[in-house]
Amino acid sequence: MSETKKFLYVNRKAPYGTIYALESLEVVLIGAAFEQDVSLAFLDDGVFQLTKGQNTDGIGIKNFSPTFRALGDYEVTKLYVEKESLEERGLTTDDLQNIMYEDEDDDWEEKPSIRLVSRAEMADVMADQDVVLSF
Amino acid sequence: MSTLHTVNKSPFATQALMSCLNHCKDGDAVLMIEDGVYGALASSGMSELVKEKTGSVMIYVMSPDADARGLSADKLLGEIKGVDYAGFVTLVADHDRTQSWL
Repeated sequence: MSETKKFLYVNRKAPYGTIYALESLEVVLIGAAFEQDVSLAFLDDGVFQLTKGQNTDGIGIKNFSPTFRALGDYEVTKLYVEKESLEERGLTTDDLQNIMYEDEDDDWEEKPSIRLVSRAEMADVMADQDVVLSF
Repeated sequence: MSTLHTVNKSPFATQALMSCLNHCKDGDAVLMIEDGVYGALASSGMSELVKEKTGSVMIYVMSPDADARGLSADKLLGEIKGVDYAGFVTLVADHDRTQSWL
């Protein structure tokens, strides 16, 4: 068993306009198979990926937003969302999906995966990683 | 003689919407498409600037693109009109030229 590393996936792009958001999610799901310590960061336009009520019927593109709610099953349970990025876009956490995971170390209690952090705290999260992948 | 301007980038990611609004003439139309629809948000850092412009320029948002991104009508500026793909075609036909702000 090799040493566990801390991986951070940095999401800074809105969904659907470019392929970045979907590709990031694909790589996260592939990476989850390797049992590393995975975190996701959402800042700048990346916060738009997590909004609720997405309906892509009219544009012929797959709506991948429900996949974020399945990440907990792959032990991806740390979704850091930058407060300032939300505020600049007129959003609050109420505009985001309710994403939960079951904590195996706490009798499978349901806990929120989204962790609202300040810009300074996000910088600390980034500085704490072994590997940072940017999308 | 009027122009239809299209903007397909988020106003928080590039200067495209800002530059478009600073160059379009009275009587022109601006259509927000793809990631450009975030420019129609009612309570963002861009909202006031966009709202001001609605006095002299008609601003439209591509509804299928807004729906895809979870932007329901209550989250968008009331001054901005939603259009579908047929409406896009009509806008193109009703103006003398179309300018894309990429």
